[in-house]
Amino acid sequence: MPVALADPFLPQPYRVERRRRELAGTVTLELAPLAGACPAFAPGQFNMLYAFGVGEAAISLSGDPASRATFVHTVRHVGAVSGALAGLEPGATVGVRGPFGRGWPLAAAEGADVLVVAGGLGLAPLRPAIYAILARRERYGRVVILVGSRSPAEILYRRELERWRQRSDLEVRVTVDHADAGWRGHVGVVPALIPRADFDPQDTLALVCGPEVMMRFAANALLAAGIKAGRIHLSLERNMKCAIGLCGHCQFGPSFVCKDGPVMSLERIAEILAVPEI
Amino acid sequence: MDALPTTRTCAILDRDGLQALIAALAARGYQVLGPVLRDGAILYDEIAGLADLPAGWTDRQAPGRYRLERRADEALFGFAVGPQSWKRFLHPPVETLWRAQQGEGGLLFSTAAGPSPRYAFLGVRACELHAIAIQDRVFCEGPYPEPGYAERRRDAFIVAVNCAEAGDTCFCASMDCGPQAEDGFDLALTELIDETRHAFLVEVGSAAGEELLTGLPRRAAADAERAAAAAVVARTASQMGRRLDTAGLKELLQDNPEHPRWSEVAERCLSCANCTMVCPTCFCTTVEDRGDLAGSSAERVRKWDSCFTLDFSYLHGGSVRQSARARYRQWMTHKLASWIDQFGTSGCVGCGRCITWCPVGIDITEEAAAIRATLPEPRGEDHGGH
Ligand SMILES: Cc1cc2nc3c(=O)[nH]c(=O)nc-3n(C[C@H](O)[C@H](O)[C@H](O)COP(=O)(O)OP(=O)(O)OC[C@H]3O[C@@H](n4cnc5c(N)ncnc54)[C@H](O)[C@@H]3O)c2cc1C
Ligand code: SF4
Ligand code: SF4
Ligand code: FES
Repeated sequence: MPVALADPFLPQPYRVERRRRELAGTVTLELAPLAGACPAFAPGQFNMLYAFGVGEAAISLSGDPASRATFVHTVRHVGAVSGALAGLEPGATVGVRGPFGRGWPLAAAEGADVLVVAGGLGLAPLRPAIYAILARRERYGRVVILVGSRSPAEILYRRELERWRQRSDLEVRVTVDHADAGWRGHVGVVPALIPRADFDPQDTLALVCGPEVMMRFAANALLAAGIKAGRIHLSLERNMKCAIGLCGHCQFGPSFVCKDGPVMSLERIAEILAVPEI
Repeated sequence: MDALPTTRTCAILDRDGLQALIAALAARGYQVLGPVLRDGAILYDEIAGLADLPAGWTDRQAPGRYRLERRADEALFGFAVGPQSWKRFLHPPVETLWRAQQGEGGLLFSTAAGPSPRYAFLGVRACELHAIAIQDRVFCEGPYPEPGYAERRRDAFIVAVNCAEAGDTCFCASMDCGPQAEDGFDLALTELIDETRHAFLVEVGSAAGEELLTGLPRRAAADAERAAAAAVVARTASQMGRRLDTAGLKELLQDNPEHPRWSEVAERCLSCANCTMVCPTCFCTTVEDRGDLAGSSAERVRKWDSCFTLDFSYLHGGSVRQSARARYRQWMTHKLASWIDQFGTSGCVGCGRCITWCPVGIDITEEAAAIRATLPEPRGEDHGGH
């Protein structure tokens, strides 16, 4: 029977084209649709990836939004679904629904400085924003990328960060919670880097993603640095079953993280963010 | 604004006329559902005729209590609402979303939904009409309409019934959701029963309703009969078992997430989720993925879920809402406050089910009143004390 209405619950089959191991338990998959091209996506959006017989998980788009040949996703194995996804080999098929959600407000960053603050895997949904900014670098002021990681061995996209650090039009700073013998860089939490970064607080858009505690501290440090709440954007994580505003799981006060977010301005969510267990 | 009920096309059906109505719906291919006595309660199920309706029965409801009783008359709709709502038909408790097949060319996904039955609902109360309208907003007016719900809803024929008796846990009048069925039906009945008659004033609410009524044995409604029907609803409105003060309620709840009452109610709440299951507007679901042992096929099943479970807010590392306090707060604040942000309407229609079916008798109207009553006095105002 032909399906009249597009069924938003029905995944589309995609093939794993490439798989790269990033860190222990973390891989990057490149997925190509069995038919046609990938739909366009905005940096900060996510897909629901389905591992056959196991289930679905919300996974951010982490590739270049200019490329329509494949979707790029970085997955960390934390449980059944993410583990099944992270274990997929090239040639396997997965189900994809998406892209969903509201991404980073990059248009609002034009002409301004951009401050990217990432903790751990939080760099994944920020990477497409960095690609988009670099593709039109002249449109933005100073661009600062601050990255925090538990240890040097857990720095995501490390080689790419090294390359970006070579550029004269980017300021890249990386900090780790726990250094090892070879580490020469900063030790400490990522919000501690904010006062050292070079940006104009009156005219900066801050993009933040990482564990929720880290985002709370980062938000306070950004406010303390003089950036207004309306110019600070956070990408939130909540349990998600549908990604389309129908299952109720992702509620965060009045917002549905799946359709009103995952990226939301601190101005909108500050009060809710401050309430434990909301 | 819709025409006032009394200016609508009206007619009088007697019991045979109502029987003919059920038969006409069945003849048009509808699966006719109505109230039936079952398992000590009045539930909604398939009906073939008047004989299936709970004639002469009523319900007595109180916080945590529900009991059926004989009436002195043979009224067919002489009770309030039971533990079920029409939600279970429009938004089924369990539904297979799709099936996947592992083939040579990779995975193949296909929708599992067959054609939905065309439902005719007989006996939809005013609060339930509002609950359906609220779920319409949830499922059909967002960026991604729910195709199954939209189809079942579009095809449904709705025969409303004006309540002749308010339950002890009812507060639809406070929520502006009843007891008069004003909108959202094809036909609406008011049961007129006394020593001299047993008839139904029927009002037309849609072209489909008009068309159906035209084929039924009926007679014109006299002014006295319209007045009698209006009196039935007016009496019900004056009998509301409970009330809820909605003035400023949204801000009251959203501004007080740390109110001590949340901890107090959490000591009584069992997190059993009954309130969410019986609520006609609660829409949350989860999914279950199943695969066959051979690994060649799988399916995704959607089920009603509840914000009272720990899994509901689970994130790797632990649930967001660990405490019963946080879960009760989420439920009630969603119902009465954030629902308004999300869908432009309260999520509560005042049907009272959550009060009746709570095993420990927690009462949403009492909880809201308690938060209002013990609010810390606003600062900066002179209250003459201390
Ligand atoms: C908008 C968004 C973007 C995300 N992007 C990425 C990404 O790029 N890479 C990545 O590795 N992970 C990402 N996650 C987290 C990822 O969705 C979870 O790690 C995954 O759902 C865990 O499922 P599991 O079965 O492996 O783990 P389990 O811990 O067994 O999870 C059980 C169930 O809980 C829910 N759940 C658990 N943790 C999360 C979580 N953190 N977020 C949402 N639901 C959760 C899921 O419904 C899951 O089915 C993202 C989450 C969200 C909401
Ligand atoms: S919250 Fe309670 S009274 Fe309100 S609609 Fe739901 S079940 Fe009925
Ligand atoms: S309020 Fe009552 S019905 Fe609802 S979860 Fe708590 S104990 Fe159960
Ligand atoms: S994930 Fe279902 S409503 Fe947001």
